[in-house]
Order: sequence, then C-alpha cells, then structure tokens
Amino acid sequence: MALELIDQEVLLRSAFNGNRRELSRLLTHLEKGMKLNLPENAPPRKSTVLGITGPPGVGKSTLIGRIINYWKERNQNVAVLAIDPSSPRSGGALLGDRVRMDSADSGDLVFVRSLSTGGHPGGISSSLISMIDLLSYCGWENIVIETVGSGQSEIKIVAFADKILLVDGPDRGDIIQAEKAGIIELADIVVINKSDLPGSTNAAESIRSSLSFGDVKSSPEVILVSAQKNEGIEEMMNLVENCHTPDWRERIKLKERLISLWDSRLLSSPEFNRIIGDLQTGSISLDDALDELAR
Amino acid sequence: MKIVMAKPGLDGHDRGAKVIARSLRDGGHEVVYTGLRRTPEEISRIVMDEDAKALGLSTLSGAHDVLVPRICELLRETGMGHVMVFLGGIIPERDHESMLSNGVRAIFGPGSRTDEILLFLDEASSRVDSGAPIGVVGEDGWHWN
Repeated sequence: MALELIDQEVLLRSAFNGNRRELSRLLTHLEKGMKLNLPENAPPRKSTVLGITGPPGVGKSTLIGRIINYWKERNQNVAVLAIDPSSPRSGGALLGDRVRMDSADSGDLVFVRSLSTGGHPGGISSSLISMIDLLSYCGWENIVIETVGSGQSEIKIVAFADKILLVDGPDRGDIIQAEKAGIIELADIVVINKSDLPGSTNAAESIRSSLSFGDVKSSPEVILVSAQKNEGIEEMMNLVENCHTPDWRERIKLKERLISLWDSRLLSSPEFNRIIGDLQTGSISLDDALDELAR
Repeated sequence: MKIVMAKPGLDGHDRGAKVIARSLRDGGHEVVYTGLRRTPEEISRIVMDEDAKALGLSTLSGAHDVLVPRICELLRETGMGHVMVFLGGIIPERDHESMLSNGVRAIFGPGSRTDEILLFLDEASSRVDSGAPIGVVGEDGWHWN
C-alpha cells in the first residue's frame, strides 16, 4: 500500500507536467479502484464536465466528434470518457465509440478514454469522480462523459456532470422512455440530432410541447442539429456555455450522485455477500440485514 | 486484458477485424475498436490513451511491411514497449519472419480459429503473471506461431 502511494505521487507529478502516458496509467489505477490522493495545495476543480446521454444510435459519438472540433478550433483542450456497458455473460466489452469520433486521435488537445461498466462490483461512479478530478488537476479544461442513456444506472453516471445534454433522433419516441427513466428532468438541453432527416422538426416540436406542460421557464431548451452535416453545432455550444442549471435540477443531480455513491458503497461492502447468504438461509431478517449494513 | 483492435493504412475492409473484436469480447476481454484508416501515429496514441496491454492489427492491403514496423517503433519510442502486438489479415508467408523480428508476437491469417487467438491471449496473460515479457521490446524470442 505504501509502495502504491509513492508510486502514485511520482505518476501524479509526471501527469501534472503533461506526461500523457503517466496520466493514462493513473486512470487505469483509478478505474481499478485506487483512491486518488491529490496534493493538499491542489486548486479546486476548474474544468466543466459535460454529460452526454441518449438512446443507442442517435449519434452521440458523432456529435462528440464535432464538440471536440469546436473546442479544438478555440484552442481549448478536451478529455472524453466514453462509457459502454460490458457483456453480462462474458464480462468482456466492445468499446466502439472512437470509430465515430474521427477528430479524437489527433493532436495534444484531445484525450479519449473508453471505459466499460464491468469489473466494478459497486458500479463505475466512484472511480469516475476520481478520474474527473485527476483530469481537471492535469489541466484538462473540458471533460465530456458519454453514456448510453437507457436506464437508471446510466442516469446515475451522467448525474456527475455539471451540464447534461440529452440526445435523441427524429421519430424515435425514445424520449418517452427518457421521461420514464427521469433523465429528462436532469437534462439542461435536449438535442435532436439528424436534423437533415425528415421528421426531426416534428420530433423537436412534440418534445417542446410535452415539456411545456411543466414550468416553462425552467424546462430544458430543445435544439435541432445535424452532427453529420455539422449544422447547428455552434448554436448548441452557445447554449451549453450560457445555460444555467436551476436549483431544483441541481438538487436532483445531487440526489442521484448521493444514491449512486451509496449504492456503490453498499455493493462493494465485504459483508454484502455474506448478508445475502444469511438472508437466504433465513438466519436474519431484511431489517436485521439493513441494520448490519448501515453500521 | 484491454486490447486495441486497429486497422492501419488505406484498407477499407474490416469484417475480419470486427469478427475478432467480437470474439475477444465474448472471451471476456475489453476491446477498443479504432475504425478504419488509422495512421501509425494515431494508433500508438490510442494505445497510450487507453492504456491497452495488447494491440491487434488487421491489414489486407499489402502495406504491412511499412505500417507494422513503424507502429512497433512508435510504441517503443513512446515508452510503450510492454504492449503486445499481434497481426491478422493477408500477410504472405515470406514476410512472417520480418514481422516477428519487428516485435510482433503472433500472426493469424485466413482460416485461423477465434478460439486459437483466445488461447494465445491466455498464454500471453500467464506470461505476464510470471513476469515474462510479451511486448514489442523483448528479445526473448517468444512467439505464438
């Protein structure tokens, strides 16, 4: 353990000074659950974390490719953490987000890391926070986290972002699913991608009108873009930079983060499996189990 | 094992690479696929950013004798000599020796079975566990075939 700490200090100093290779190695350690120990005089986090979520196939990775270019043109750097689920059967994962981010592999201003959700008994959220802190400490101004938004666990990941984009395509109706899952309450901006295809204007309209039943002032902006044709990206980024997250949404986000970390602590408790065993044999009740875990 | 599967150079066919990526996933590996037409510089950078332990290269264009040595060299130059490189696609028999001497640890041509590739990765893992080199630097002479 002591060895590990010394190792981390050396890696950290080197990563802080711009060594990409050591940054990447540190990220692996954090992914595996190592605790991040930033120096005590480390400045508070400066980077903005943009969360991007939405159903599979709506063009999230292509859109991120454009966002990378937007920042690159302004001489700002960007680090992307692309999170994909791993196969429950084999535990393996196929991480293909890079394929559509054609701007991702060039230049020192861009860093892209693919992460799989597998191999973390308590979910990825606790290591994700350390990874964001590390990237920020090492001078990455913009950080993007990408998740496939199709369920509760993905909401919990994206809730760690400062600003959240929910991406959908024309004529998908998936936004209804998003509403069910509660993602739409977290979104600062709803992006309808593939605006070059028929049906996109209708999709945007129907989302706008369903949002208008709520409090109009604090409901998310809905914007049409075409990532493939590079249309509407500037407008979208202007919205991202100027949008203000209302207090109630900030609260939901904090709530999701808390639940996520609580879950993670519960699932990685060394007693967890034993207690399930005890429940199965009937030697303790559910209430007893809760008390024991909360201790 | 975290593995990057890459298509270097001007070769637009990636059915093979995708089949391999998929079967490695089913074998429990974490596979990052790069997509088509990556330069050696891009590939070595992806391997670095992903902190991958192995790099699978698929090439059908005949340019392997230029691309593969360049990629291996870049890995060594950027402090990633521990990364294991394996190769697939159309690699004529007469080029095998020069590929292996550049640091490649295995070559899988047409007709290779995916479970053989998984066996190869298993052996590589156990070599790592016992402290033996698998990367592009080792001059230990170990290769799969």
